[in-house]
Amino acid sequence: MVGGNVMRSALMALMALPAAAFGDNQVNMSPGVTTIGAEIYDLHMLIMIICVVIGIGVFGVMFYSIIYHRKSRGVVPSQFHESTKVEVAWTVVPFLILIGMAVPATSTLLEVYDNDDAELDILITGHQWKWKYEYLDESGENVSFFSNLATPQEAIYNTDQKGEHYLLEVDEPLVLPVDTKVRFLITANDVIHSWWVPEIAVKRDAIPGFINETWTKITEEGIYRGQCTELCGAYHGFMPVVVHAVSREEFNAWMGAKRADEAAQVAAAAMDLSLDELMSKGEAVYNAQCLACHGAQGEGGVGNAIAGSAIALGDISTHLDVGIKGVAGTAMQAFGRQLNDVDMAAVITYQRNAFGNNTGDVIQPSDVASHKQG
Amino acid sequence: MGDHHHGPATGIGRWLFTTNHKDIGTMYLWFSFAMFILGGTFAMIIRAELFQPGMQLVEPGFFNQMTTLHGLVMVFGAIMPSFVGLANWLIPMMIGAPDMALPRMNNWSFWILPPGFLMLASTLFMEGGAPAFGWTFYAPLSTTYAAPSVTFFIFAIHILGVSSIMGSINIIATVMNMRAPGMTYMKMPLFVWTWLITAFLLVAVMPVLAGAVTMMLMDIHFGTSFFSAAGGGDPVLFQHIFWFFGHPEVYIIILPAFGVVSQIIPAFSRKPLFGYASMVYATASIAFLSFIVWAHHMYTVGMPVAGELFFMYATMLIAVPTGVKVFNWITTMWRGALSFETPMLFCIGFLILFTIGGFTGLMLSIAPADFQYHDTYFVVAHFHYVMVAGAVFSMTAAVYYWLPKWSGRMYNETMGKVHFWISFVGFNITFFPQHFVGLAGMPRRIPDYALQFADFNMMSSIGAFIYGASQILFLYNVLATIIAGEKVTDEKVWDGAEGLEWTIPTPAPYHTFEVPPKLDAAHA
Amino acid sequence: MRLSANPTTDTVLKLATVSVAMFAFVFVVMVPLYNVLCDALGINGKTSAQAYTAVDAAVDTGRSITVQFIATNNDGMPWEFRPQVTAMAVHPGAANDTVFFAANPTTQDMVAQAIPSVSPSRAAEYFHKTECFCFNQQPLGGESNTLMPLQFIVDQDLPKDIKTITLSYTLFDVTARVSDQIAAR
Repeated sequence: MVGGNVMRSALMALMALPAAAFGDNQVNMSPGVTTIGAEIYDLHMLIMIICVVIGIGVFGVMFYSIIYHRKSRGVVPSQFHESTKVEVAWTVVPFLILIGMAVPATSTLLEVYDNDDAELDILITGHQWKWKYEYLDESGENVSFFSNLATPQEAIYNTDQKGEHYLLEVDEPLVLPVDTKVRFLITANDVIHSWWVPEIAVKRDAIPGFINETWTKITEEGIYRGQCTELCGAYHGFMPVVVHAVSREEFNAWMGAKRADEAAQVAAAAMDLSLDELMSKGEAVYNAQCLACHGAQGEGGVGNAIAGSAIALGDISTHLDVGIKGVAGTAMQAFGRQLNDVDMAAVITYQRNAFGNNTGDVIQPSDVASHKQG
Repeated sequence: MGDHHHGPATGIGRWLFTTNHKDIGTMYLWFSFAMFILGGTFAMIIRAELFQPGMQLVEPGFFNQMTTLHGLVMVFGAIMPSFVGLANWLIPMMIGAPDMALPRMNNWSFWILPPGFLMLASTLFMEGGAPAFGWTFYAPLSTTYAAPSVTFFIFAIHILGVSSIMGSINIIATVMNMRAPGMTYMKMPLFVWTWLITAFLLVAVMPVLAGAVTMMLMDIHFGTSFFSAAGGGDPVLFQHIFWFFGHPEVYIIILPAFGVVSQIIPAFSRKPLFGYASMVYATASIAFLSFIVWAHHMYTVGMPVAGELFFMYATMLIAVPTGVKVFNWITTMWRGALSFETPMLFCIGFLILFTIGGFTGLMLSIAPADFQYHDTYFVVAHFHYVMVAGAVFSMTAAVYYWLPKWSGRMYNETMGKVHFWISFVGFNITFFPQHFVGLAGMPRRIPDYALQFADFNMMSSIGAFIYGASQILFLYNVLATIIAGEKVTDEKVWDGAEGLEWTIPTPAPYHTFEVPPKLDAAHA
Repeated sequence: MRLSANPTTDTVLKLATVSVAMFAFVFVVMVPLYNVLCDALGINGKTSAQAYTAVDAAVDTGRSITVQFIATNNDGMPWEFRPQVTAMAVHPGAANDTVFFAANPTTQDMVAQAIPSVSPSRAAEYFHKTECFCFNQQPLGGESNTLMPLQFIVDQDLPKDIKTITLSYTLFDVTARVSDQIAAR
């Protein structure tokens, strides 16, 4: 029957909607790479289709009136103005439709809250303006790192090209094994943030002083990108989330390499570096951590200028204090817990020698370590 | 009430000292339009920055100040005072009263608004800049991490809150005590009903907002820890208190708009409003339900599942009375004799677009799905559909509808229709694509975005400029009408209009119903 | 009850009372209610700030719960802070104890406050601490370290579906707050 074919084609067209786009532009939620994400997608489509059908009905009646019940057609207006039967009908029927929606919604929500039997726990901490990831290990030797936006400032300020993953790329992604139930423990260091990856359908607020819990089980290897979704200050739009879902073997290899890395960093902190090595590493750290507030030429901005500043040209110990402990009551964070001694030594050396500062000072990782001990 | 009557005073003193509900209504309306332009300017800056990926015009911190002030000015400066202005002009006339119950308090209610907004706007020039924590000002971003201007923000909110509370007390006192003999509650125009219910909501929840900002003040300056975990407090407590105010607030915004539409659609259908009693009960139900749904703004905060389910069910339930109202309006049109002057066009626009906003609201109420919608542009699209295409379109319809009665002059109908079509098209170009980018993953309150969101953002910005420009046309039409519009003297300016305000001369005399009217059978 | 003979004044006084009452409601009802409900229902993961007095009860040896410990520092807190063990298997009803290591690397005396948070939040009412370093502020001299004790019992009535309880402590620097309070005396 024609009506049936039309219905079927319409439904098929609607089902194709996740892939639909205007040109290259995505117009719909994606079912993603988790079963819960697919359930959420189905729920979204169900509600939307019900709304579209009701909308067509309601607007259809209204447009009919607009066309046929016009004064200009010479119609005489009816004067009916109440009907208890009709009021009851259009109260009860929507109520029943809502119950129909509430049932699948309830069961999906209960699944979202089922955090049991996870194989891997990750502690996620929101900072202004980056994420910290810690793989919780029974031995307490957690692999942990910060994940910073990797898009260069030149791309943001339009002096250079924007890459394909503009604003959705980080230096250190969160690596997770597929087909493994992963539990996320989420908190924040300062203000409220929110961790979201659309394709795995996980979003949870990160609240300072409190721990939130949620889970995922990714079914497909790939790279999935998301962003912070709670206004958290000036750079709220610049703290993306990148998840690399890899096979179990690859994950184990990566964890092994990470542990080795961290051990190497500890060893490196005992060694001395040349000025060139410190400057080159320092520049990289500066660009990732300091540039946004202190400027590409150390000219300042949200933060104070570093070029020609009393701190950068003055006492090394004071400069280390500012970098390690931050400045209370300002946006200058305590980087002592975020940068290892090698990176800290490098960036302080860089600040003291770049931007025309030229102090000739060389700060070694061991200097940073002894400064931290007091 | 005195025995002798004279026309209005002259000069600036007339406006500073007036206790006349028409004058005060006029001041509210002009003030709110000025705030609409101010808030709109902030929006233009936002959309100009979001025209393309990359930071072109403003710094991220300033962008956040713009989003915050856009929200605050539009909600508290444009929308709410505009409907208070309508209430002032219309309620006394609609119930056959000579003025509001408390004319001097009425004057104060208005006149504290300009200084309040001046204080808020002045924060742009303070050290550290204006508030940049969103119009929802969650702690601790708005307490421990706020710029010094936050204290002035708090004072400004207190001032605006006092204005609203005083205005609402006035409205309730007027409606309860000053209806003409024979005008029972169930004979009042629906606009009066919706404002009566709105006023009760305001009296109940504006003090809650005052409480929330006072707690912020105490945390910031007096060492308390309501919202700070360090001292045993909880940032989420702020959200509960704020949204306990915030959800009724959005119904405060829309209920008077429902009232306006309920007056205008019957007039241009030449048919009585369908289901008057049902409309009253639906409005009251929406108001009651609005107190128990607040945490649907907080689905991702980590509430226990029982809480999430309760708020989901309660929120879904609000769709029922809201749907009843939409069905009643459409049934009012059914088998009427419709004509499509500008007020009716804006009301039809309201019906379509508010309903779409209602559908996305239903989608948002579904808690597990909301994990994908929350804090994205899908939410931004939803609330602009209900607030702009809902409340603002209704307000615009009201101005076109009643301006001839207020001023004795007819606006230019062609220009009005052009304003409608440009607004309608511009609005949809601005906000429809925002559903798409939200579903595709774009968060709210970001000054820059990933490349896959570029095309729709450009489209949205173009739409915004179009919509913004059309408001200048509106201003021109209103001014031209008042100054030199074609004179109208019929009491019943519109042949389908019903209500006491259409029984008095046009333009409305400075004092009306000094003697209560005799209600005839037509006002049953 | 009429507050005035004049009906308008009567309405106004009643509404003004409602406004004032709603303002008071926020401070006097909403805040305590939030805390009481959270405490009673254990729904925001906050555990009691007072020591629990243990009652004699049988240990449920047939059931094992994993208790996981997490330690994080809040903004600007420079201490070393970590649990001695990251997880323990416990039986409901049994008394358990552990310690958290804290070290102040600066040269200044400081005071910290540890704030606990439990997940799943509904487990909080079944997690009883008989002794906890979070009950008090923790002063620590410059360049010193300490072991801070935690003693707890998981209630036998813990819902059957909970198998893991995560206890997270966030350490806040309250040195300034404490010195303000002392200065204020």
